[in-house]
Amino acid sequence: MLLDATPDTSGYMIAGYVFSFVVMGIYVFSMYLRNANLERDAETLESLQAEEAKKSSSPKKK
Amino acid sequence: MQPKPLALKILDIASIIALAVATYLALVFAPTEAVMGQVQRVFYFHIGTAWVGLLGFVIAAVAGIAYLITKDARWDRFEVAAVEVSTVFFFITIVLGSIWARPAWNTWWTWDPRLTTAAITELIYIAYFMLRKGIEDPEKRARFGAVYTLLGGISAPITFMVIRLFRTIHPIVIGSANANQEKMSMTGDMKVAFFFGLFAFTVIFIDLIWHRIRLGSLEEKVEQLKLKVSM
Repeated sequence: MLLDATPDTSGYMIAGYVFSFVVMGIYVFSMYLRNANLERDAETLESLQAEEAKKSSSPKKK
Repeated sequence: MQPKPLALKILDIASIIALAVATYLALVFAPTEAVMGQVQRVFYFHIGTAWVGLLGFVIAAVAGIAYLITKDARWDRFEVAAVEVSTVFFFITIVLGSIWARPAWNTWWTWDPRLTTAAITELIYIAYFMLRKGIEDPEKRARFGAVYTLLGGISAPITFMVIRLFRTIHPIVIGSANANQEKMSMTGDMKVAFFFGLFAFTVIFIDLIWHRIRLGSLEEKVEQLKLKVSM
């Protein structure tokens, strides 16, 4: 026979696609997590800022 | 945080559909390559991710120039987004290439000009984030980042052109090969999977950049709030 049969390289193909989806998934999830953490930080800081504004505007006790 | 615009919601859905179709075309629709077998199918994602990876590095360089001219922080956010998304995609490109190389070249890695320039490019942009982390002042950070991406951007066309300029074992997909090089030929169905892969990754790239820009705006808002509260 002049030509060899096509080699079975399906394991490499599966590894390649699994790797691609895992990396993309981790990246999207990391963006979601960072966004959630920043939103929480922003809320906390805004409430702190509002509290400080309230304190400075309220009349002092005699 | 501002609510997500409708266009971004549509782009999210389009990205998921495009990725699903690109995967179907690569794994089912395209025929099996006779010499390499199934592993050749990683080529569709390898090229798609390489395209958006290198494109993003060039876009970041352009955003860097725009920042240096205008001093507008929006260009800085755009630059960071382009670099971050491209670094992730280019990492996938390198690993997919290595997975393909094992059965094709009988090695996971070789210091071929293309592989070497690709590795250097990836390291340049990993170092970009280390540089930014090390600078406290936002204006200085943006200025240094802009100059860095401008210089780093040179690595993208070098990585693209290197297989056309030097003797290399990396096959050429786009353009003509010289006598010493291997030119990858594709059937009609392979071309459909190939070009749709390029399109799909471009849509995903735009979608992720948009999300990363919004994240950058939120980061800036939190940074400003921290300054106000600590004063």
